Amino acid sequence: MGIRSIKELDWPLIIVTLILSGLGIIQVYSATSGTKWDGAWQKQIIWVITGLIMMWGIAVIGYQSLMGKVLYLYAVVIGLLFATTLIGNKVFGSTRWIRIGGFTLQPSEFVKIVLILAIARYLVEFVRPGTTLTWGDIGKLGIVVGFPMVLVMKQPDLGTSLTYIPIFVAGILMAGLRWKQILILSLVLAVTLPIGYNLLKPYQRDRLVSFKYPERDPKGTGFQVIQSRIAVGNGGMWGRGAKDSSQTHLGFLPVPHTDFIFSSFAEEHGFVGIVIALVLYFLLIMQVVQNAQTANDRAGLYVCMGVAALLLFHVLVNVGMVVGKMPITGIPLPLMSSGGSNTWSIFLMLGLVNGVRLRRFVN
Amino acid sequence: MAQDNERARSQSSAPDVAYRDDPRDFAGKIAIFQYLTVLVFVFLVSGFWQLQVQDPERYVEAAERNRIKSTPLLAARGKILDRDGRVIVDNHTSYSLLLNRDQIKWEHLPAIGAALQLDYDDLKTAIRRNTRPQIIIKDQLSRDDIAWIEAHQDESAYPEMQLIQSWRRQYPQNGFAAHVTGYVGEISENDLNLPQFSEYHQGDIVGKDGLEKQYDKTLRGVDGQQRVQVDNFGHERQMETTQPAVSGTDLKTTLDLDLQAVAELAMQGKRGGVVALDPRNGEVLAMMSSPSFDPNKFTGRISRKDWNEIMTDPYKPLLNRAIQAEFAPGSTFKPIVALAGLESGTIDDETTFHCTGAASFYGNTYHCWQHHGHGIISLHRALRESCDVFFYNVANKMGIDRLAEYADIAGIGHKTGIDLPNERESTMPSTKWKERLSRQKWYAGETISVGIGQGAVTVSPLELAAALGGIANRGKWMQPHLVADTKPVLSRTGHFNRDNIEKVISGMYAVVNEPGGTGHNAALPGINVCGKTGTAQLASNKFLKGTSAGRNMKDNAWFLAYAPQEAPEIIVVALFENGEHGPNASWIVRDVMKAYFDKKERKSKGLELLTETQDHLTATTLVPSHFVEATPQR
Repeated sequence: MGIRSIKELDWPLIIVTLILSGLGIIQVYSATSGTKWDGAWQKQIIWVITGLIMMWGIAVIGYQSLMGKVLYLYAVVIGLLFATTLIGNKVFGSTRWIRIGGFTLQPSEFVKIVLILAIARYLVEFVRPGTTLTWGDIGKLGIVVGFPMVLVMKQPDLGTSLTYIPIFVAGILMAGLRWKQILILSLVLAVTLPIGYNLLKPYQRDRLVSFKYPERDPKGTGFQVIQSRIAVGNGGMWGRGAKDSSQTHLGFLPVPHTDFIFSSFAEEHGFVGIVIALVLYFLLIMQVVQNAQTANDRAGLYVCMGVAALLLFHVLVNVGMVVGKMPITGIPLPLMSSGGSNTWSIFLMLGLVNGVRLRRFVN
Repeated sequence: MAQDNERARSQSSAPDVAYRDDPRDFAGKIAIFQYLTVLVFVFLVSGFWQLQVQDPERYVEAAERNRIKSTPLLAARGKILDRDGRVIVDNHTSYSLLLNRDQIKWEHLPAIGAALQLDYDDLKTAIRRNTRPQIIIKDQLSRDDIAWIEAHQDESAYPEMQLIQSWRRQYPQNGFAAHVTGYVGEISENDLNLPQFSEYHQGDIVGKDGLEKQYDKTLRGVDGQQRVQVDNFGHERQMETTQPAVSGTDLKTTLDLDLQAVAELAMQGKRGGVVALDPRNGEVLAMMSSPSFDPNKFTGRISRKDWNEIMTDPYKPLLNRAIQAEFAPGSTFKPIVALAGLESGTIDDETTFHCTGAASFYGNTYHCWQHHGHGIISLHRALRESCDVFFYNVANKMGIDRLAEYADIAGIGHKTGIDLPNERESTMPSTKWKERLSRQKWYAGETISVGIGQGAVTVSPLELAAALGGIANRGKWMQPHLVADTKPVLSRTGHFNRDNIEKVISGMYAVVNEPGGTGHNAALPGINVCGKTGTAQLASNKFLKGTSAGRNMKDNAWFLAYAPQEAPEIIVVALFENGEHGPNASWIVRDVMKAYFDKKERKSKGLELLTETQDHLTATTLVPSHFVEATPQR
């Protein structure tokens, strides 16, 4: 597992990843030049390069040994979440970041990786092959995922906390549920969703429903929805190019380099551009799934499917928000949105997937 | 933890039992995930398809609206000028307040309304109905309004407010020529629904009456737009193309301000109307109606008090009597009867009748205004002295239908077709007319009154001027018009015996210039003026007859004159309502006519005109100050 392992990495996956990261950097550059975020693209290059190194490192260390230390890892991220609550930086009324040296880190992003490993570990260790999960298993896994979820929700960061759900769902569905359990879980979900909705803060509720009726409050919560849709529509078939993308450059798009980077991309590159980008995301996810299929053990399969589910959820919710078909939850687009923690977290996950690749089952 | 590690390792290093046992179990679930992924991507691509391919126009326009702040540049309306290019209706700059629709916050409206004295409900409906991105909510802002707006239009208060320069229409004071110019106002809801107003928008200023209405399309300009690129915070980034406003075309009229001023002065304190025409081409040299109104009050939002005052005035100041007052012409109709008599062969200039001060027809007695009678009288003297009995006999002999035939050629029974809105039609009775109107037969006795311009025959001052102008023009009736430099339109030609026309004209010359004539007042030294007086009874109206109102109502005084006899250049008609006797109206006509010939003489001698022809002079400067300051007339 030395330097030669580089050759053995999943290069199709890495190439798609690099193209998307490149598109992201170019888009960040285009969307932020001349704004207060000028220079974000340079940082993003650093995040991607360091991310690539981390990816290789994780691939070499391997998911199995990380799963072996998952209790420590779990304790560390929970500790970081508490630390965030105590000494975190408050930005836009939400305490998500923690200062470590010169960087600000978003611990909730790294929770994802730990949860993927923890669920895989549990399923491999406590669920016998060929059986389905018991209610006890579901409950325990629910607590493992639910605890950090509540902490993140309290920051408050609804979007990130929701991203833990697909990891959980992918885990239990892959391990196996009985139809009755699926039915009951769906019913429970149907009952708790409205309750959960009512527990949300009013601004969160507004944001959740405003995508359906943005015209009701075009200056308030509907503003981002409307402006994002206008940006996308303004792109048309071939896009406006970097110069004429007025929605991006005149500040109508909120945060055009992070959550709404795909609106900006759609305005500049049009339908043709977004189809190319979405095909790349599709290939990325399919390549992760392919690694699940060729995994050497159940643990590798669970890890890959967890990553695949998380990526699919991110793309669905972020891009769905951009076209006004999903609520505004403020979760970034993997690889393209600028931001250190998010970029690193994605590369770390891809490192896990590459680790599975390195140890794949060869007939 | 080491133990855990050990367990995990043993799990993975051993041949994977579960994976081997039932590979299809995972394969199926993975396949489901793959299908789900395909669905998600199809869903997302369809979202982009809708926005970017199906309906991009909508969003491109929305982006345009975001990025461009456009300020309307209002076009000035064309000026209305007199025949010498002097300004009658002008514009002066004012300021208007508009609200940018995108930025309107409903909770701001009560405060804005209160500060600018606008009704909150009116404001709301105005904004709802208007479809433009910018809505002008108040014109002609006062100094206080502007100060308040400037203090409150920033980001922190009411950023939707924007001041723009606009134009205010400036009319002469005290209703000078108001009925001809008309006035402008905001387009009404009803008009907007009409097909001819399809190009107009809510809030547009349009001509409501007079020339302003008739020539609205000429006078109105095309508003421009100043476009500035702005960012989300309203900061201006760069200028975009500016589309300048195109002012409306100035409207040069045939009116002569000097004559108009004289007519207005002469009618001061009287009710009625005055029209001066050039019979050779139909150009209207002057037209006025009294009482008048101040069109300046209409240009913005007219106050309720002013509106009520105008609408409840019993003398109807908005009525343009020159084209809308239909009255019996009285004796001014006699030249037409005379011409009809001659042309139809009913009489010749030798034919005589005996006037004893009254005559009896069909069992009724009809009086002459001259109670002791004119004696034996023929056409020339009958015109000169306006003998009623002579014309009773002519009409009786000729019969109503033959009279109507010639009156029809003179235009009686028709509109003149002048380029002003809402002209009324004159009336010429005939057997057919009566049948159509009341399904009753004409009684021969009814013809008698028509012979002296009473009974059912009615004309407006303009229609009378056009009718007699055609006779003065030797049988060529020109359509009256107000806009200069248009080709004269021949309405009708009467193929009359030239001698017959000359006989009638000679009779009218006698009215002014021979002893015994009724119109001596109108005589001008050195100019052969022809004229005719008319005293039209209102009490002959059967509805008024015998009532106290009928008895109290004084007769209308008419006078018409044209000159010079040989080749008339001007015909003037004055209607002086309740003026009692025709001669009372003759002073008015004489003043206008004298002004015309004085001006002509000065011009021919190369002297300065009465008034300078400079653009900055507005009509008000022509009118003597005592007229300008006079209290509104009744």
